[in-house]
Amino acid sequence: MSAIAETSILAGRSGTFGKVSDFFWRNPKILLFLMLAPPLLWLGIIYLGSLFALLLQSFFSIDEFSGLVNYEFTLATYRQLLIPSNFDIILRTVVMAALVTLASAVIAFPIAYYAARYARGKWKVLFYLGVMLPLWSSYLVKVYAWKLILAKEGILTWVFSKLHLTWLLDGWLALPVVGGNSLSISYTGTFIVFVYVWLPFMILPIQAALERVPGNLVEASADLGAHPAQTFRHVLFPLALPGIIAGSIFTFSLTLGDYIIPQIIGSSRLFIGQAVYAQQGTAGNIPLAAAFTVVPIVIMGFYLWMAKKQGAFDAL
Amino acid sequence: MRSDRSTSAPLGLKIAAAGGLLFLHLPILLIFLYAFTTEEKSYQFPPPGYTLQWLAVAWNRPDVWAALGLSVRVAAIATAIALVLGTLCAAAVSQTKFFGRETISLLVILPIALPGIITGIALRSAFSFADIPFSFWTIVLGHATFCVVVVYNNAVARFRRVSGSLIEASMDLGADGFQTFRYVVLPNIGTALLAGGMLAFALSFDEVIVTTFTAGQQQTLPIWMLEELVRPRQRPVTNVVAMLVVLVTLLPILLAYYLTRDGDQVAGGGK
Repeated sequence: MSAIAETSILAGRSGTFGKVSDFFWRNPKILLFLMLAPPLLWLGIIYLGSLFALLLQSFFSIDEFSGLVNYEFTLATYRQLLIPSNFDIILRTVVMAALVTLASAVIAFPIAYYAARYARGKWKVLFYLGVMLPLWSSYLVKVYAWKLILAKEGILTWVFSKLHLTWLLDGWLALPVVGGNSLSISYTGTFIVFVYVWLPFMILPIQAALERVPGNLVEASADLGAHPAQTFRHVLFPLALPGIIAGSIFTFSLTLGDYIIPQIIGSSRLFIGQAVYAQQGTAGNIPLAAAFTVVPIVIMGFYLWMAKKQGAFDAL
Repeated sequence: MRSDRSTSAPLGLKIAAAGGLLFLHLPILLIFLYAFTTEEKSYQFPPPGYTLQWLAVAWNRPDVWAALGLSVRVAAIATAIALVLGTLCAAAVSQTKFFGRETISLLVILPIALPGIITGIALRSAFSFADIPFSFWTIVLGHATFCVVVVYNNAVARFRRVSGSLIEASMDLGADGFQTFRYVVLPNIGTALLAGGMLAFALSFDEVIVTTFTAGQQQTLPIWMLEELVRPRQRPVTNVVAMLVVLVTLLPILLAYYLTRDGDQVAGGGK
């Protein structure tokens, strides 16, 4: 430590590393800038840049004769979304997302409630891993597993026949909208797989919300003479609602954007994700594909705004 | 509802919770059964017989090995990039206060909050806009973008628990910034980074939606599986590969849980 720095009562450090280190200590803003620059440049340029370029394309249109993109500002592509065949796709996807969200919430609630209120020690770990492992295991493998289950010759048909309930399965498949030749090519199949794949995303936030409900609140409600159903309706449900909404953000958003599940398990009628994929791929109509992607973005933006008003982000 | 029941759950709740967990796990277990079936043409249940031959057949398939190799390389490099970017971002956000902090958290989370198809098509149109041909690096680019958030979440949670006074103490004792990072900060956040890295690896190894848009002709393992799902060629081989994928993703998740189990933020809380 030979030189005494003028601005400091401490000795400056020697060596390159020491000098650099001192420099950053005196100029924390520059250090902050250097730390933030790489991630922000990466996300800003690669991600936001691409996203912006995509949104821009939705305001272009495609020339019907040449098939080339016409780089002039127009709303014609958005108008195309409203023609019946395209609007049906949007409607179908939104209805499916809503139903999937509802069913996930119903199935997730008991698991989350048990894990939050009754599971202790070893069981707590078991429940935690029990939700975490399916959440993180391969998405495609999960879809594939359901292809095995729902196939006409698969395990579900076998179970129904062992229980002498084949008539029930056949009756369900004979129904007009939800039925089909077999479960793996029906809306019912698509619905089951969506619920299965997104269920862990619903369990975790509900559990987080329920962990914060003190047990004596439930007891107080019972002591005051409430029936368990009344306790659920007036005490537990309102307190768990932010968690349910937080979970529904995932289930809703993921269903809106998915294009692989309905392609592998489902009827041939398209969902938004498939429409985007088809438009940008085989049809080569990037503007229409871009306009289609704006639909989930707008719906999710609106959804997030509502969720924020309900205080759902505290439950995440 | 009497108050003496508070220790054990009502039967209905137990059944519903157990049923829900079974619903989550049985389909994955079924994959293990099908990997050993002798049936080649259909998904017949119960399998007519069991055999180990498909393990050998899958072992000798060069396309499976090529896809696996590509997936591992992509995941390794994407994880490395995500580790650097995510840690830098987490350090900046948690150690200092500055204008726009919330916006940065949002920006990091966005690639995973918006549906993957949007990220995918946005990247694809950007590549075609800029005349970048599809290659190994375009896949890495996409994967790293959404892997950052996993590392970031784990690192931010740990940084919150590392007391600022530790760093000041290190400085007071004469360590420079690099020494403090090496001997004080890194040992404290090491396990969180390792856990974040493993989850990022698992996430990248499994990613299919963004990859279909950024891969061109190359096949990662999930792309290979998707291809088999849409146009099945040899079903038993697909069964074996599915089992392999379950095992490969299982280990990092269990390890990540083990590394962060004492933390306040649980591993993977923000997928």
